[in-house]
Amino acid sequence: MRIGVVTFPGSLDDRDAARAVRLAGGEAVALWHGDADLKKVDAVILPGGFSYGDYLRCGAISRFAPVMSEVVAAANGGLPVLGICNGFQILCESHLLPGALTRNENLHFICRDQKLRIEDTNSSWTSSYTSGQEIIVPLKNGEGCFVADEKTLDQLEGEGRVIARYLDVNPNGSLRDIAGIRNSRGNVVGLMPHPEHAVEQLTGPTTDGLGFFTSILTSMVNS
Amino acid sequence: MARVVVDVMLKPEILDPQGRAVQGALGRLGITGVTDVRQGKQFVIQVDGEITPERREQLHALAAELLCNPVIEDFILVVEEDQ
Repeated sequence: MRIGVVTFPGSLDDRDAARAVRLAGGEAVALWHGDADLKKVDAVILPGGFSYGDYLRCGAISRFAPVMSEVVAAANGGLPVLGICNGFQILCESHLLPGALTRNENLHFICRDQKLRIEDTNSSWTSSYTSGQEIIVPLKNGEGCFVADEKTLDQLEGEGRVIARYLDVNPNGSLRDIAGIRNSRGNVVGLMPHPEHAVEQLTGPTTDGLGFFTSILTSMVNS
Repeated sequence: MARVVVDVMLKPEILDPQGRAVQGALGRLGITGVTDVRQGKQFVIQVDGEITPERREQLHALAAELLCNPVIEDFILVVEEDQ
């Protein structure tokens, strides 16, 4: 299974995402923002970081990178795509996911081990979890406050498209404690916390994050 | 030459923590009577040649698709063709 990880200028977590893919048993393939080429991968990860320095709005300029026109077309055709943190912001700016991520409510950059509840296991990236499972993974963002209009929020909840919610503490003011969402089809997932930093006992608070990466490998074997 | 000014503001229903922080600072300066502060962005764009209707449409698309995120922001575009 070949999982592509895109590197934008300013990406930080592309190496960790690739490492998480390998630990889960997949082959990580480096993709470059300037190449409109997905190298025939089976899925794509848009990693965390500060692509294009977060200029204009987080993810707003990355959306127009050559690789993104390929990602958007492939995602609309069913290719699994996971956007983590800055990747989630890029997915919202690309209109692959609804809503937007704005400045944290308290204006602070938050870095903490965050408890989450996995609420939907029907996506390509969450099938290894059980519904209601509580996990702890690192969270680090300055603009992670998820907002959308009431109708969109109701729709996301009504269709079971909230894949994870913040537990105990809402770190950034996200509406309805939303930490991650998916598209209707379930192939595109955006998540603000960082599962790729919780895949090894040595460096992570837990290994709870590995499930996102084993999910995609399992769901591709089964499909 | 024309000068095009695009003002981008968060929609009224979107929380603006930066504006709120600025408002908090005003109080500490001893300035009273300010009931709300909203922070936005201004883009000043220089364009060669005349602003034809087609050109105007392009600039509008630039504002709508790149300068502003319509999910959370509104924009106002003004063309100053006086140079």
